[in-house]
Amino acid sequence: MSFITVKNLWKEYGDQVVLENLNLEVKQGEFCTLVGASGCGKSTFLKMLLGQETQSRGDLLLDGDTFPREPDRHRGIVFQRYSVFPHLTVRQNVLMGLELEQKPLLGKLFGQARKAALEKVDAMLDSVGLTASAHKWPHELSGGMQQRLAIAQSLIMRPRVLLLDEPFGALDPGIRADMHELLLKLWQETGTTIFMVTHDLHEGFYLGTRLLVFDKVRNDPHDPQAYGATITYDLPIGQTDRKLLADIDQSVSETARNQAA
Amino acid sequence: MRLINRTPGRLTATALGVLPFLAILLIYGLASQQRLAENPNDKLLPGLEQMTAAVDRMAFQADRRSGDYLMWVDTVASLERLGLGIGVAALMALVVGMLNGVLPLVRANLAPLVSALSMVPPLAILPILFIVFGLGELSKVMLIVIGTAPIMMRDVAQRVRELPAEQLIKIQTLGANSWQIITRMALPQVLPRLIDAVRLSLGPAWLFLIAAEAIASTEGLGYRIFLVRRYLAMDVILPYVIWITILAIVIDQCLRFTNRRLFPWYNAGGH
Repeated sequence: MSFITVKNLWKEYGDQVVLENLNLEVKQGEFCTLVGASGCGKSTFLKMLLGQETQSRGDLLLDGDTFPREPDRHRGIVFQRYSVFPHLTVRQNVLMGLELEQKPLLGKLFGQARKAALEKVDAMLDSVGLTASAHKWPHELSGGMQQRLAIAQSLIMRPRVLLLDEPFGALDPGIRADMHELLLKLWQETGTTIFMVTHDLHEGFYLGTRLLVFDKVRNDPHDPQAYGATITYDLPIGQTDRKLLADIDQSVSETARNQAA
Repeated sequence: MRLINRTPGRLTATALGVLPFLAILLIYGLASQQRLAENPNDKLLPGLEQMTAAVDRMAFQADRRSGDYLMWVDTVASLERLGLGIGVAALMALVVGMLNGVLPLVRANLAPLVSALSMVPPLAILPILFIVFGLGELSKVMLIVIGTAPIMMRDVAQRVRELPAEQLIKIQTLGANSWQIITRMALPQVLPRLIDAVRLSLGPAWLFLIAAEAIASTEGLGYRIFLVRRYLAMDVILPYVIWITILAIVIDQCLRFTNRRLFPWYNAGGH
């Protein structure tokens, strides 16, 4: 049995079909990148994995059981922005999860327990390269560093699934490359299953183990919302070539234009 | 250069800011001088001399009848009422506003009531307060609470809801329960905003305080002003008004300073 199973999954908002007939099996430890035009349900799918949204029809299973209906500590998330707490320093931000887990009422650690937790925090900060900024406020960090912090904050919980919603969309290209390297390193170290939504087809093409392209197969020019998107390509990374990339690129761009029209 | 692009230098800005104050002083001084020249017993526009004498009498000499230093007694009485009223209101605003902001079930239950209450003109229910709570301290404090709390409740709830949805999801993925979400995410981020709300509410709070004191009281800044009005004692009223203004400015600046010291991330653009 696979880790995550998606069977005949549909998502509709009233008349608007977002996802139609999605089928997918993901093994533990896979790194899936989700690409596609805006409005093709990538983020909606991610929200379902997170527990923020539920499907209209079909099954979404985690280890054979239905997905929990609200976010929990086993599924970490990094958004494009706003996923760190502005009122806590870098170190306190990463410490937060450990404190919440160990102290349901107080939500704070003291003394020996705090010391032990801080050791873990510092190790985590070291592996994302934030040691020098440990005592800074988030607003003093650059965009890339804030995203490193958000990733560290999630990974310290050792989540079974890490969800990334266009995490590097707001970063400069150079920083982006650094972040890719960091993410691959952390993924190899932790073995977490990762789903990453991205706008950047090239990013999706070489990061991770598997590329999932969300696209619309059918399009009604008079009613762009009549048909939903589904997974049109499901490719193991490494078997991809330029020709295929160009094909996908063209198809996705066409959908984007239809959506915008 | 366009007018909107002309910015004054530091010195010019200060001078421009001080100018209106000087102008008012000058106009008042001239008018006062003129009236006093015609009639040395004029009460309407007392000069500096009369006002200092009045302040000296009110603040630094014991009242012949009661033996109190009236201005200080008034100040303490008024500040007690104001502090108690705004303190209770802020606390209620924090609790109700927080619950309204965080819990959709409570919001559905309480938000309409809070909105309706905030529309009630507080002075219209002052008679009710006097009837229910008597003419003592309680009714005056209650007026300030009722006048300022509902608006602050709405403000706090609004601030909580303005916290990015991403944060709310994030803390849930860190395993937080509802209580922890309130205490570790919402509360610390709302406290500086609550202080800002209190600063804004101080204006109305003074209004309600002075109104209540004017109607039923035996001491207090508002009481004194309305009492001496019978004798046209502008030499007392004007220094009292200036004193109230100074108090208001000092309280406001203290709160601003507290906010900066306690929440460095807030004022450095970290929100």
